[in-house]
Amino acid sequence: MTRTGGRRRTATLALVVVAVVVAIVALGIGDYPLSPAQVVRALFGGDGFASTIVLNWRLPRVLAALVFGAALGVSGAIFQSLTRNPLGSPDVIGFSTGAYTGAIVVIVTGAASSLGTAVGALAGGLVTALVVYVLAYRRGVHGLRLIIVGIGVTALLHSVNSWLLLRAQNEVALTASFWGAGSLALVGWQQLVPALVLLAVLTPLVMGLSRPLRQLELGDYTARSHGLRAEPTRLALVVVVVALTAVVTASTGPIAFVALAAPQLARRLVRSAGVPLVAGGLVGGVLLLVADLVAQHVAADPVPVGLVTLVIGGVYLITLLVSESRRSA
Amino acid sequence: MNADATRPPAPGGADATRASAPGRTDATGASDATRASRLAARGAHLAYDRRTVSEAVDADVREGSFTVIVGPNACGKSTLLRAFARLLKPRSGSVLLDGREIASVPAKEVARTVGLLPQTSTAPDGITVAELVARGRYPHQGLFRQWTGTDREAVDAALAETDLTGLVDVPVDELSGGQRQRVWVAMALAQQTPVLLLDEPTTYLDVAHQYDLLDLFARLHGQGTTVVAVLHDLNQAARYATDLIVMADGDVVATGTPAEVLTEQLVTDVFDLPCVVVPDPVTGSPMVVPRRR
Repeated sequence: MTRTGGRRRTATLALVVVAVVVAIVALGIGDYPLSPAQVVRALFGGDGFASTIVLNWRLPRVLAALVFGAALGVSGAIFQSLTRNPLGSPDVIGFSTGAYTGAIVVIVTGAASSLGTAVGALAGGLVTALVVYVLAYRRGVHGLRLIIVGIGVTALLHSVNSWLLLRAQNEVALTASFWGAGSLALVGWQQLVPALVLLAVLTPLVMGLSRPLRQLELGDYTARSHGLRAEPTRLALVVVVVALTAVVTASTGPIAFVALAAPQLARRLVRSAGVPLVAGGLVGGVLLLVADLVAQHVAADPVPVGLVTLVIGGVYLITLLVSESRRSA
Repeated sequence: MNADATRPPAPGGADATRASAPGRTDATGASDATRASRLAARGAHLAYDRRTVSEAVDADVREGSFTVIVGPNACGKSTLLRAFARLLKPRSGSVLLDGREIASVPAKEVARTVGLLPQTSTAPDGITVAELVARGRYPHQGLFRQWTGTDREAVDAALAETDLTGLVDVPVDELSGGQRQRVWVAMALAQQTPVLLLDEPTTYLDVAHQYDLLDLFARLHGQGTTVVAVLHDLNQAARYATDLIVMADGDVVATGTPAEVLTEQLVTDVFDLPCVVVPDPVTGSPMVVPRRR
């Protein structure tokens, strides 16, 4: 459509190009540096050592950063649109903290296989979401109430997590803490493939729900007068958001702030109507990939990527709060 | 208009005997045979949670009418409109769309027949006029039936009708109040429904913009759309309505043409406003002029 539509498509396309370029650069960085040309050759059927490095060692991690970042970005975009609030992000309202609780419980009780941890995280995230949804429900769920209830539940879960870690034996607590920092370091093809399959299943759901989501942005009366069933649609969207977040959290541990920051950055870059899903996902992917590069290569020793996003996100959150309070002052 | 304030009551006052007295419902039994009702409420109990608005309301919207619902604040006007839009399900009794129980008609099918302009809507940040109006096409789209030429034509026609063609690429946040209301109207028009429900469409607009919109609705009515509007201004109601529904305390207390219904007695009783009713010097429709109190 129209001029604005064209400009948005161009901006979204530019984000795709950026994501590809950053990914190629990321695949070349490391103890055995490769030029972008070598990387591309290795990706497309080259053999030998460069190929092994790129395809077996670096690609899972780069792909994980891109795809998981995208999933977080999309889930944040859906949630901010649902709650009509830039703070309405699944990590702010406790889904990832709840996933962490689930993972700690599994690790502490001694069933600490990577599959066990993932299942625990998934269950923890879903239960937290259910609790938040039920507590916030009063003839339908509305944005701000959901956020405030979520922040309360998050605070509660943080103390539960600390209590669990304090009671646990040292080495168990250490494993759990490492998981809780959020890292892509341990993601190989073995962990990545099941997560990719799950996300591939969720993608058509997101696409199918994207237009109803746009109608919900107009307010419930208008959406319903257009023939949308508002509350079931909202519930379906919450479930999709939780599933996206839980799949990522189960694979990596909680990664903060990507879901919060990516959609808003994307909205400013693309200048979209409302919070953009596709651009939010693209920015999320690039953001997590860059954060992971920083985590691996900037500090003297590699740090978990969750720490990097925490720092970036903290700065972003302060900026957001300051500009929001200026606007309302 | 002030010049006419001193005129004596017009002969129109004689109609007082024909309009029903407050507290009595009218024009339901006899009308069914003679009128084709597009929308009807039959003993509908309308309530939110524990707050009952209407115990058992009866109302009819004739095919091709310009029906205006008036009544004091909190009398159940908007609630009746919501019931007609299938947004509120009656506890008992029924609401009928073309003779069918509206709750049993699929939501999207209702949305292709009945459009609603709610009192308040929210526009997402940064959305342009054309994008917002295009969202009115939702009821005509499906999972597999996406944007088509028909949609485009409907949006273009709605933009032209509301005089917004020059503003298609402008963000809605940058428009004036009057323009913004026209955008919401355009979205409802893009829905291309034969019935249009308008919940206080002129509130918050200056007087010229109020008449601009009312003229637009009259034009749509002239083209065959059945229009149902909740209005506060009795003189606007009398000027534009073919059918008037007067409500008080959740009940319909009078129905008929403005000339039949809008009498000094009724306005005094229902609105607690002593007045004289004179013919509008421009259109001849009844005009309510309050007395000094």
